[in-house]
Amino acid sequence: MGAILFLVLAVLTIAAALGVILHPNPVKSALFLIVTLFLLAVVFVLLEAHMIAALQIIVYAGAIMVLFVFVIMLLNLGIDDPDRGRRQVVLRGLAWLGGIVLAVELALLVRGGPAGNTAAAPAGYGGALAVAQSLYTDFLLPFELTSILLLVAVVGAVVLAQKQRRPTIS
Amino acid sequence: MGLIEVGIAGVKAFAVLMMVLNLSAILLWVERKGSALIQDRIGANRANIFGIMPFNLGFINTLIADPLKLLTKEDVVPKGADKFLHFLAPFLAVFPVLVTFAAVPFGDQLVIGDTVINLQVADLDIGILYVLAMSSLAVYGVVLGGWASNSRWALLGGIRGSAQMISYEIAMGLALIGVIMTFGTLDLQAIARAQGHHFFDVIPAWGIIYQPLGFLIFLIAGIAESKRVPFDLPEGESELISGYFTEYSGMKQAAFMLSDFAESVVVAGLATTLFFGAWQVPFLFRDGFHFPGGAIVALPHLVVVVMQILSFTIKVFVLCIFQILVRWTLPRYRYDQVMDLGWKYLLPLALANMLVTGVAIVLLG
Amino acid sequence: MLSQYIGVVITFALGAVIVLGMVSGSMIFGARSTSRRADKDEVFECGNPSSGPARGRFSVHFYLVAILFIVFDVEVVFMYPWAIVFRQLGVPGLVEMLTFVAILGFGLAYVWKRGALAWD
Repeated sequence: MGAILFLVLAVLTIAAALGVILHPNPVKSALFLIVTLFLLAVVFVLLEAHMIAALQIIVYAGAIMVLFVFVIMLLNLGIDDPDRGRRQVVLRGLAWLGGIVLAVELALLVRGGPAGNTAAAPAGYGGALAVAQSLYTDFLLPFELTSILLLVAVVGAVVLAQKQRRPTIS
Repeated sequence: MGLIEVGIAGVKAFAVLMMVLNLSAILLWVERKGSALIQDRIGANRANIFGIMPFNLGFINTLIADPLKLLTKEDVVPKGADKFLHFLAPFLAVFPVLVTFAAVPFGDQLVIGDTVINLQVADLDIGILYVLAMSSLAVYGVVLGGWASNSRWALLGGIRGSAQMISYEIAMGLALIGVIMTFGTLDLQAIARAQGHHFFDVIPAWGIIYQPLGFLIFLIAGIAESKRVPFDLPEGESELISGYFTEYSGMKQAAFMLSDFAESVVVAGLATTLFFGAWQVPFLFRDGFHFPGGAIVALPHLVVVVMQILSFTIKVFVLCIFQILVRWTLPRYRYDQVMDLGWKYLLPLALANMLVTGVAIVLLG
Repeated sequence: MLSQYIGVVITFALGAVIVLGMVSGSMIFGARSTSRRADKDEVFECGNPSSGPARGRFSVHFYLVAILFIVFDVEVVFMYPWAIVFRQLGVPGLVEMLTFVAILGFGLAYVWKRGALAWD
């Protein structure tokens, strides 16, 4: 039952991810990406990682994708018209080939790796309490360093956006 | 995980969704008649049945005539607009707001024979996070609505609206940190149950007594998030026509208006659960009233359940009416004032609230 | 815990059906236009001819607001689990979070002083 559910979810997620890269309209690509992230959150829930699932939607699908959508709309990126020139076709073919090779490599690695642990997770495994208890005791230093990372991001964004002293982008 | 449990969950989900939709419709009527009262005019009373008294109070207008009218309007998609996105935007504006109520408890528990039914659609361990996650998805309806209209003014309204919504989401989240620190859990039903005891046997231990500032910040941020006056610049009536949903007609426009009221209900519902004891009635426990003087009034189980559900509904309704009162009293903020309030005032204030709460908990244990 | 999500799934399904029905309501029941006048499909600009497609210069402040939103959203997200275990952590926990908030508070102060929060 869980396997069927996962299979369905996996197919949907891959379809949505393919929609991201194959669709010519950038706004719809962004929407496909939101759907992909949402489906990933559902997969996390199936793996009993509830906290991470909620955070995935709050931060990734709810904040980062908003930024993507803002930028797409403000820059009014046009419909992606794939070039039909010979060089583009060769490059695209190489890209597909590289992608397929990578996928096959990953599949072989995963199959040859250690078997997953199919035992049921202990109660409260991925819940907020478990995450909190390990985050603020064992992983305290990475947590504090994250704040510096975020500070760098804020300062960098402000510096980049104000570089030209002209408050418009066209 | 039998069929019975799925059935019960289905009934609860249906009941909750119907409650939200009907409450939104009633609030629409209250808004029209209430605003008429406040502005010393009569309001909508033309659609009635033979002019008999109870029927010309405007609710035939609001609840029957208007929806029918909107349903039969022609659905105009502006030239050059993307048909699919034009359809998707109102859906994305309403749907996330409706599903947030899956985590809100509307009662304690209903015991039928052997089965104990928890009066909450989904008792999630991460209840508050689920509600915030769904609210953060509501931004897309606004920005897509502006984009899909193929109009510069609608797009401006949409981007401004979503920028306002995301600015106040942070203040909302931060205001709740104090509540979570006080109760120590994200589970909404657990927080509701924890507000059942009384201080000095008289004052009910509702969240607002622990976190008055948190409640204030949450309410202001919630009103701003649902883009109601005084924060309704994205809609900008009389400035941007209808802002981001100018180019929508018929039921799509009705969907955007529904999202306005549904978000009001969500903000009221969450505020009730966290700050006003959810379904708790003062002095009412599972077996009846326990008054401070020592008097005990035993009540049958069903009466207790009905009283608790009524208490929740009334509290939500009162908070919604408060939001309507605010709407028809205050003038509209300018856009830079809106953003200033969100980033420069509410955000530091919420951080200070968290700090004070932390110190208080450490000192008082 | 996982069984609780069945309620969420049902709510999603019911909500989707209701909202889909509503939004497509006027597409199904709405009046059909018998006259295909060119003006009716034009976007509404109070009677002025359309001032062009939705293109052009928009303020960079929207981009800045979105970035700041991401950063502070991540900060709030770190605070949620901390708030749950706060009572167990005690004073060291308070100090840890204060450091975190102080560093990000520097960021907010910097953004404020640089005027990136102004006239948005």
